[in-house]
Order: sequence, then C-alpha cells, then structure tokens
Amino acid sequence: MPARFPAERSETAFTDYKLPLLPAQAAVEAGRCLFCHDAPCITACPTHIDIPQFIRKIAGGNDRGAARTIFESNILGMSCARVCPVEVLCVGACVYNDLDEPPIQIGKLQRHATDRAFEEGWRFFEAGAPTGRRVALVGGGPASLAAAHELRRLGHACTMYERRGFLGGLNTTGIAPHKMKADRSVNEAEWVLAIGGVEMRTGAEVGRDVALADLEREFDAVFVGIGLGADSRAKAPGEDLPGVLGAVEWIERMKLGDAGLSGVRHAVVVGAGNTAMDALRELLALGVPQVTMLYRGTEETMGGYAHEWQAAKEAGARAEWRAVAGAFEGNGRLRRLRCMRVDAARAPVEGSEFALDADLALLAIGQSKLGAALAGLAGITVESGIVRVDAHGFTGRPGWYAGGDCANGGKEVVNAAAEGMAAARAIDRELAAGGGTGRRGATHA
Amino acid sequence: MPDLSTDTGGIRSPNPFWLASAPPANSGAQIQRAFDAGWGGAVWKTLGTPIQNVSSRFGGHTIGSVRGAGFNNIELITDRPLEVNLREITETKKRWPHNPIIVSLMVETREEWRDIIKRSIDAGADGLELNFGCPHGMCERGMGSAVGQEPAVNERITSWACEFSTVPVLVKLTPNVSDIVPHGMAAKRGGAHGISLINTIKSIIAVDIDRFVPEPRVGSLSTNGGYCGAAVKPIALHMVAALAREPGFGLPISGIGGVRNWRDAVEFMLLGSSTVQVCTEVMLRGYRVVEDMRDGLEEYMRSKGFGRVQDMVGKAVPAFSEWGDLDMNYETVARIDADRCIGCQLCVAACHDGAHQCIHPQEGTRVPRVDESECVGCNLCQIVCPAPGCITMERVDNGHRPATWNDHVSHGAALRPKKGAH
Repeated sequence: MPARFPAERSETAFTDYKLPLLPAQAAVEAGRCLFCHDAPCITACPTHIDIPQFIRKIAGGNDRGAARTIFESNILGMSCARVCPVEVLCVGACVYNDLDEPPIQIGKLQRHATDRAFEEGWRFFEAGAPTGRRVALVGGGPASLAAAHELRRLGHACTMYERRGFLGGLNTTGIAPHKMKADRSVNEAEWVLAIGGVEMRTGAEVGRDVALADLEREFDAVFVGIGLGADSRAKAPGEDLPGVLGAVEWIERMKLGDAGLSGVRHAVVVGAGNTAMDALRELLALGVPQVTMLYRGTEETMGGYAHEWQAAKEAGARAEWRAVAGAFEGNGRLRRLRCMRVDAARAPVEGSEFALDADLALLAIGQSKLGAALAGLAGITVESGIVRVDAHGFTGRPGWYAGGDCANGGKEVVNAAAEGMAAARAIDRELAAGGGTGRRGATHA
Repeated sequence: MPDLSTDTGGIRSPNPFWLASAPPANSGAQIQRAFDAGWGGAVWKTLGTPIQNVSSRFGGHTIGSVRGAGFNNIELITDRPLEVNLREITETKKRWPHNPIIVSLMVETREEWRDIIKRSIDAGADGLELNFGCPHGMCERGMGSAVGQEPAVNERITSWACEFSTVPVLVKLTPNVSDIVPHGMAAKRGGAHGISLINTIKSIIAVDIDRFVPEPRVGSLSTNGGYCGAAVKPIALHMVAALAREPGFGLPISGIGGVRNWRDAVEFMLLGSSTVQVCTEVMLRGYRVVEDMRDGLEEYMRSKGFGRVQDMVGKAVPAFSEWGDLDMNYETVARIDADRCIGCQLCVAACHDGAHQCIHPQEGTRVPRVDESECVGCNLCQIVCPAPGCITMERVDNGHRPATWNDHVSHGAALRPKKGAH
C-alpha cells in the first residue's frame, strides 16, 4: 500500500534545520530539566505529554520508557517532535525562560526518544479485546491516525478511507522538508497502523466513491478528518498564468517530486502565514536567488510565527509590507506582479502602485474548507466551511465526530493528534453507553 | 595583601594548599610540576614496602552530568622502589626549598618505623604523616585503618614515630570509626604535632548492572575501596569540627575530604583546619586548579579583613553546638518572592511529598502560597528552588523567649507550641 516516492525529489536536498541531539547531549540536556510540578510544558502541549517524566527517563538512560510516555499521550510523537512549533508550545512555556536560562530543548529530547523507538522497532501498544463495534475514519491524516490507533486500543474495528494512495495527509505532503520528509510521515503512519485491525480504503474519496449515508449504515461511528482543500485564489487578473501556483500545491510538488524551479530568478510568496514562511525558506534553500514576501499587513499582524519569519529573514527573504498583488502579468507565463500599497484598513493607497518582476508566485493566503461535504447531515453544523464540534470532537449528530484541520480551521499536527485521540475516547464512551449512528437499529433523527 | 602562609604543627608552607598523599603526589616530577602550578606543599605518596597494584583501580560516582562527584580507589601505597622516592625527595627539596614535603609513611614494626623515618628525614622531609587511614588492602595486612581504628595501637606507633623523628609528625586518621575523637586523642597522647583527616571511607562505588560485579572491576571480582571526592565533604567537615571543638585536643589540623575550590577550603579552615589537602579534584582536572583556590582564598580574606590564615582558622567552631543547646523557640517560615518566582512549583511538590504540606498552588497564578500557620521552617523549599533569592526563610517574632531542649529538661523552660504536628 505505501507509495514509494521518487528518490530524486526536490525535498531530498534539505538537511535538518534543527540537528538531532547526540546521546551524550541528550543526557546533559535532560539533566537540566527541573522536573516542575504540574509543569507548564505539559499544559502547553495539546496532547499533554508528561514531558518532565519522559525527560527524567532520558536522563536516567531509560529511552524506551521515555518513548512509551510520549506515545501514550501522542502516537504521532515522532513527527510532532520534528514539526511542532515548540517555540510557542512546550519550549515557550519552560520556566527557564523566566530565569534567563535557555529553555529545555523538549522537541529535540522527544526526537531523541521517538527516533530511537523507530530505529529499534520498539512497539508499546496492542489492540483491545474486540467490542464488535465498527468505526469509519474519513481521511488518512494525523487526526484519523491518532483516532484509529486509540480506537484499536479500545477494541473497535476501524476502516480508514483515504482519497490518495498514501497516508499521513498534510504531514506527508506539507511539512517543510528541513523539519521532516514525506517518507518519514508515511513510515510513521504504517508504524501507527501496525497495531492491526484498521482496514484501509485508499484511493476512495468519501462523497465521490463512497456515500456518507452508506457510512452511517455500515458503521457505529464515523470520524471525519478530511483536512483542508485547495489553496485559496487571489481573485486577481492573470492568476491562471503558468508560474502562479498555490503554495500548498507547490510544496506538495516539491516534496513528492520536482519543485520546478529551473530558471526561476525571483519568486514572490503572497501571504504571511506559516505556509508562506515554509515556502520562503524552501525557495531560498532550493537556490532561488531572490525571494520576496508580499503581505497586506505588517510584521506585527502577520500570522506566521515570529521564529519562522526570523529564520526566513536570516535565509535571505525580504518583505513588502502592506502590499497586495493587483494583477499577475506575462506573455504566456508569469513575468511581473502589479502591486499596490494598502493602508491599515487594507484600502488601496492611491499612487502607490509598483511592479515586481517575478517568474514564480506562490499564493499562501489560505485553503478552502471542506466542511460543506457534511452540511447535508442533520445535526451537523458547518460554519464558514468548518465543521463545528465540542471539546471531544462530537458534531452533534449521534456517532459523528470530526477533528484536525476540517474542524479547527487549520492548526498544527499536534492539534490534530490531540483531537483525534479525544474523539476516539468520546466515541468509545458513546458506544459503551449504547449510542452511535444507529447501525444496530438505535433510533435517532 | 593577605598573607597565605601557614604553620601546621611546625610545618611552614607558603600557602595552605597541599597535595594529599595520593597518585598526584606519586613522584618528584609530579610534585615539582605541582609546585610550579602554585601548590604550597605536598604529602608524598605513602612510602613503605613497595606493593603491587591491580587494574582497574578507580571508580567514579557520576551524579547527573557531574562525573566524579564521588570517587573511590583500591590502589595501595607506593609501588616504586624506596631509593627512587628518597632520591626524588632530595632533588625536589633542592629545587623547592620553601615548599614543604611531608612524607607519608606506613610500615609495621618499630624497627621499620625507625629506619624509614631516618631515611625520609635524611632525604629532606619537612614533616611526616603517619598513614593510619587506608581502608583497603593495607588494613588487611595490619596497617592503615587497622591502626587508625585501634586507639592503643595508634598511640603506640605515634609515640615510636615521635621518638625517632626530628621533624613534625602528623597522624592521618581514618573516618571508618563511629566517633573520631578518641582516635585524635590517641594521636595526641602519642605525641603527634598535628593530625590530618579524613582518609577515605570504606565503600563500594557502583555495581556493573550488566555483569553483576561491583566496581572497580578486576576481572570478575571487585573489592571495597576508599571513597573520596566532593561527595564526602560533609563527613569530613564534621570530623574536623568534632576534633577542633574537643576540649583538651588542640592540635593543628590539616583538613582533607572533597576540597574542590577555595570555598570548600574556607569551610575547612573555619572549622579548624590550618591547611587543606587535595587529591580528587587534581586527579580529575590537574594541578592548575590551585590557581583559583589561592586567588579565591585571598579575595575572601581581603573581603573579610583577615590578614593571616590563622585569623580565620576555627572561626566557626564555637557555632558548632549540640542539638540540645539549640533555641527551640527560634522560628522561621518560608516566604516566596512572587517577582522572582518562575512558577516551577518544585517547592509545592517538595513540601507536599517531602515536608509538611504547607505550600499550595493558587488559582490564576503559578506562584504558590505558603500557609505560614503550618510552615515549620524546614528549608526544603528553599533548597529545591532554582530561582536565586526567590524563597527566603524569614524569622518570625513569636513572643517566646529563647529556650533550649536542655533548658526545658533541666528547669522546665517554656517551649513554643509545635507546628505541623497533627
């Protein structure tokens, strides 16, 4: 089942931006941890990994126990160790920040333990005793993987629908390769599903190949983790020219194949969120000589993390603040962006027009939302394309749950993992209480 | 500028830092390099009938990432020919006439003691140190700690040495006794001019958990060794102080046990040592550690207004008292400075699990709260707190007059109500 990606993909040119710790370094770093009571780092982690406990285990040479502690809370702990924005999560919450000492490198320590688990083939979890209940997982990204693993531990049979030929979702296709490459995400998905009992339906898109109504007839519960859709368009003239691409689309192309940067002298990234930050750094690392970010707001209002923008700047990115693209121009191919300044209210400033010669423009201004696919099911509320759920991922329709980007609007892998796990437990509780979709004849609206 | 020179039982030294009798003081070439680096004196590795050593010989106790926080060895006295050692003593004295060489000795019979003492002094020894301390190997042959553990034997051999010696005699005591005082007094009765302590503590440093053999491992076996290094300092300080405060003792003390830096040395001096001897720190980091020891001591003396080392020796001895003389009505409580608190709540865990459950988390803040009505003033929170100056132990005026346990027992002095005893 696992897709074999081409060996000569553009992303293979990248090396890790954050180097792994050598075993001796990990021991020293782990030894610095204060082992805080009710630690702020645990609170800051969406999956609430018992961070001081796993670090203490590393300090004592118990890497296997450390890995178990991590995976107990987050079965995707290996990729999260690499892709989490730790600067604004666990590491940002470390009390050492208030002591003018470097915070504990929690991400690197987590990577130390979880990479070791992968290398050594350690496994910690087994499927629970069969309950006879069946759960469908729509989408094969982080949220569904985390949910499926937990559901299997609880003994429920799972069927996972993934429209692509490989698993991992955006963790496979969208992670900056200086953090993690596509094959590692796919390997992780296989490692997770090796718990067994998850029937795979790849190449099957729910709504197209499989009807939602059929799911309800076949399964006691459904977890929807379908992520986000295509890149949003700029709605400006010329954006259909070759050379104008969605950023998520281009990143996937770069990760799974060839980035198509031959001859590109100047690339413009429109937008200033974290997809834009990744694109800036990736373009520069792949040798594009000039890379400019075009953003309608300011450094203070940008959506991308400050540490990511700092790294992009250090790599050579420059920014045009309070600027928007009015038109994309070129004869059969992008050559120029017509831009203008906007004021604080985002109204165009008269006479501020300027041009940027560019041969590649990446639109990083958001992605479409896929919640509409569920809008026809009574009890499920979809707002602005996002599926509304409670703290446990429950949609309001018995047996139906959602998590990850389709329900949170687009957050981190670790949020998806937390939401998948929470939903799995809620599904288990609902089924134990006799609820669910009604496959077995229970009645509901 | 403070004067660092010292006099320990008649042995004068340009500064109080001596190499202890151990591997760093094994040969003339080493000791000359040590003097080059600034060491005041050296106690030559114990002379006697040359022995043969095993491999391996040393074990380290790593705590966290600190290697060698504790250390032990199963090495014996010198394995070099006596003539070679004596010749090198003479050479070293010629080059370094003002730096004392104290020759450590360990033999058995009266005649052997007479002979080796004469030869050592002829070679140039400024003093002798009788090794009554070694807790491994030699004691099984009736020497080392086998002598130091028997006051009568200690006194007899000390008296022989003092009879034969024309230079000051120090007796090096073993800590492997329940009370050090009778052993120090025995050395004094034997005529010693001073004592050195502590020698190493009988120990097993670690166990190889894969091979099921203690360390250090010699093939498939191990044996008990002598424990030393930074970790033993508290034991050494107590033994030094116990003798320093003993009425009727009064001999100069050369303090040994876990001295890593000038601060450790100052602590030994304040409890009665006029010189300190160092081995482990040199074994781990080399002779040049002495530079900061000298600098730091000098700066400390300058800051406190001590002109000479002797001005500070024993300065803390009067404050080393018996439990029964402590003021039971002296009360402190912990106070947390919210501005310095980093919210780690180590104090909460420590107080809840290891003390009297009086520090509590609060809603809406990471800064914990101390319930002063329950706080017994134990210090645990202050010890675990990583934020400098955050937790202080504040004196509470409880209105009770000072009263010791002895006062209470002897004439019913009123004690304040107990805290936390419910």
